[in-house]
Amino acid sequence: MSRNKQEEDPRINGIKTKIRVVPDFPKKGIMFQDITTVLLDPKAFKDTIDLFVERYRDKNISVVAGIEARGFLFGPPIALAIGAKFVPLRKPKKLPGETIFEEYELEYGNDRLEMHVGAVEAGDRALVVDDLIATGGTLCAAINLLERVGAEVVECACVIELPELKGRQRLKGKPLCMLVEYR
Amino acid sequence: MLFLLYILLLSLCHRAPAIRLPSNNSKTPFLLRSKASRDSETMATKEDVQDPRIPKIASSIRVIPDFPKPGIMFQDITTLLLDTEAFKDTIDIFVERYKGKGISVVAGVEARGFIFGPPIALAIGAKFVPLRKPKKLPGKVISEEYSLEYGTDKIEMHVGAVEPGERAIIIDDLIATGGTLAAAIRLLERVGVTIAECACVIELPVLKGREKLGETPLFILVTSDAA
Repeated sequence: MSRNKQEEDPRINGIKTKIRVVPDFPKKGIMFQDITTVLLDPKAFKDTIDLFVERYRDKNISVVAGIEARGFLFGPPIALAIGAKFVPLRKPKKLPGETIFEEYELEYGNDRLEMHVGAVEAGDRALVVDDLIATGGTLCAAINLLERVGAEVVECACVIELPELKGRQRLKGKPLCMLVEYR
Repeated sequence: MLFLLYILLLSLCHRAPAIRLPSNNSKTPFLLRSKASRDSETMATKEDVQDPRIPKIASSIRVIPDFPKPGIMFQDITTLLLDTEAFKDTIDIFVERYKGKGISVVAGVEARGFIFGPPIALAIGAKFVPLRKPKKLPGKVISEEYSLEYGTDKIEMHVGAVEPGERAIIIDDLIATGGTLAAAIRLLERVGVTIAECACVIELPVLKGREKLGETPLFILVTSDAA
């Protein structure tokens, strides 16, 4: 599995400095990676999108699947720029039409990710986007949903990775592209 | 001539007399009654100026009956997002309207406002500010309550995300009763921001949401009589 980090690109440092770390959110001990401060800087936000677009524009990606809710901030601009459709992957009961779901584990209990039936077709080449990969549970559920309907997941793309949580190993062999690591 | 027609139609449709955004664009898109509505169209006037991109946008929206509860005809924009041309056109229309107008903030209401807001913000060089349900934003927030059919809800914004004197637009996929948008307006105005306009893809005029927005103009692409 290749390690795809845009190490050399000078834009990366600008993005990294805009991420705000909020201690003890949502609970004690967690150093929350807040990307809203990246969105407040038009250049940093644009650079983030551009880095992904440059990587994917010639890869014949037909679907960008974004994970609710912060995947909705990055997925659509990428989809628009590369001419792919955008598919939201949502928490239960949010999508109005017929859905399929995939369960995944939380620290305590389970949750579900849903996708509209018919949004993605067999043979679609898909990119999964979220702001951050931690344990990889949500991304794994997303990969499963897409593969179940016959799509090929080309890559997962996240702004931030928390490598110590080893989420990369839970992606069913799919490569991960991230911009910033937080240790 | 087209400009005068635009002013006439704007004053008819907006009710608020002030025109907040000067438009250089003679092709300013106007309202098309959604073909997706089950009820028959009533009031499309001959004077309606149509951006040729609007019909495709309107027809890409799917209506789901009885969601989230019986009697509601839900306007599903996820099918618009599957149509690359319709999605691009939707964003382009908003960008053409707001580019170069001194808008420094695009505020988007969770979660479907997150889909339309960022592409607009990126294209016009504005910052994007998410307005979220309670307890989602880390760090210090301010919140604004609004009424639901039963009970109340809140939206929150980060302290320091916006500064006094900034000009903002507020984006959501749809305006129904206007409660959420009105709360968003109050939230931003409390910190000294001027709201130039609210912008939605869809309006359900029967629910009179526009009336809750006070002096703030509303710009929409598609209306639906289904509510």
